[in-house]
Amino acid sequence: MPSVLRLLVGYALSCVVGVLLGVLLGLNRRVRQAAEPVLEFLRAIPSPVLVPVLLLIAGFGSVMKVTVIVTGAVWPILLNTVEGVKGVDSVLDDTCATYGITGRRRLTQFIIPSAMPQIVAGMRTGLSIGIILMVISEMFAATSGLGAAIILFQRSFAIPDMWSGVLVLGVIGFLLAMLFRVFERAVLGWYEGLKGLERQ
Amino acid sequence: MTSEQPLVEVSHLNKVYESKGRRVEAIGDLTFTVGTGDFVCIVGPSGAGKTTLLKCLAGLLSPTSGSVAVGGSRVTGPPESMAVVFQEYGRSLFPWKTVAGNVELPLRARGVPAQERAARVADALQAVGLADAGDAYPWQLSGGMQQRVAIARAVAYQPDVLLMDEPFAAVDAQTRADLEDLVRRLWSERGLTVIFVTHDIEEAVYLAQRVVVLSSSPTYVLDDVPVGIPEPRDQVATRVTAQFGELRTRAYAGIQQAKANAAKATA
Repeated sequence: MPSVLRLLVGYALSCVVGVLLGVLLGLNRRVRQAAEPVLEFLRAIPSPVLVPVLLLIAGFGSVMKVTVIVTGAVWPILLNTVEGVKGVDSVLDDTCATYGITGRRRLTQFIIPSAMPQIVAGMRTGLSIGIILMVISEMFAATSGLGAAIILFQRSFAIPDMWSGVLVLGVIGFLLAMLFRVFERAVLGWYEGLKGLERQ
Repeated sequence: MTSEQPLVEVSHLNKVYESKGRRVEAIGDLTFTVGTGDFVCIVGPSGAGKTTLLKCLAGLLSPTSGSVAVGGSRVTGPPESMAVVFQEYGRSLFPWKTVAGNVELPLRARGVPAQERAARVADALQAVGLADAGDAYPWQLSGGMQQRVAIARAVAYQPDVLLMDEPFAAVDAQTRADLEDLVRRLWSERGLTVIFVTHDIEEAVYLAQRVVVLSSSPTYVLDDVPVGIPEPRDQVATRVTAQFGELRTRAYAGIQQAKANAAKATA
């Protein structure tokens, strides 16, 4: 399945770039202020309009499609990470300082786990955007993939085949959402337990 | 360390918060010392800059002028030999770590070898009566138990100075009495030096060997009361002795006077 492979690569890239950049911006007020106008502008561009532009730069291949996915899916992850990192608890931060929890240990044991609920929320939104963009990127320059197949079937009036393509997309979306749940439970078990208690 | 040199030395500490067009002098001029093995309570009316003082002691804030020294060296950042227990236990424990994980993390940060870490964690949890709770998450415990975890974390760290910031202000009275006795027991068993900040005069007199009474902001030391109540202290018996009453009255009068002076100054 080239479509799903491209989606996974694009999504993984979005997660890595979004979280890394988000942590950097979240921890650095100066950098954040400098980068904010640019980010707001870039975020406002709907990713599908980038397809023709990227076609010129990156051609018809997978590189273009993966890039389209990243340009859309990265934003919720990036922005949520920034917010999560900005919002870490001040008492917990003081606790880290007094016990010498600094540098990389502070990042991995405090900042990232503490921002994790928001990071994961961003990742969830990013995943659905990624699925949409996977299809759209294939519809423009129809050479391979699910989106291309759906367009091809539609244009040749193979309506049942077209619907089967849509159905497959639905199943893929559903399966990915299920996988995401598993991931979420593993990473945020503590958070759900905590929230569950607060609701009682 | 010789007995002549105090473990903690606060001299002419002054802290001014400055922001646009506003200047708030939180701490005026504070000088006091704490000797090794002492149990000192710092009391003051609300708004006396107690939290500011604590943050200066812990190296989380740098003073505007004057200095804090621990073990003879000037505090410029959080001193390695100090552990802090905060009032907000719910916000000072890592909710994604188990109780044992919380107690262990500072030891990892200080590079304590794994075997010793495990021993120290077990010992500290045992000491606060939470030997079986190591695998639980902090949010699964009651408030008083969470503060016990924070105390265990401080004890496992084996600090020279244990700093406590109104640690029992948010727990119920019964739990509070238990925790007070726990801290006194740990102090005498483990030879800790404790600086305990509170707004509660009775708590201060019950716990301490010495009570430092602060004035309202801008803060200076109003009174330094030696508490000669004999050991062992008891929640019921100690609190009804004449000596306890006298000490409480002395500290209380100081604080009342401080408030009156502050009111006069602003009027």
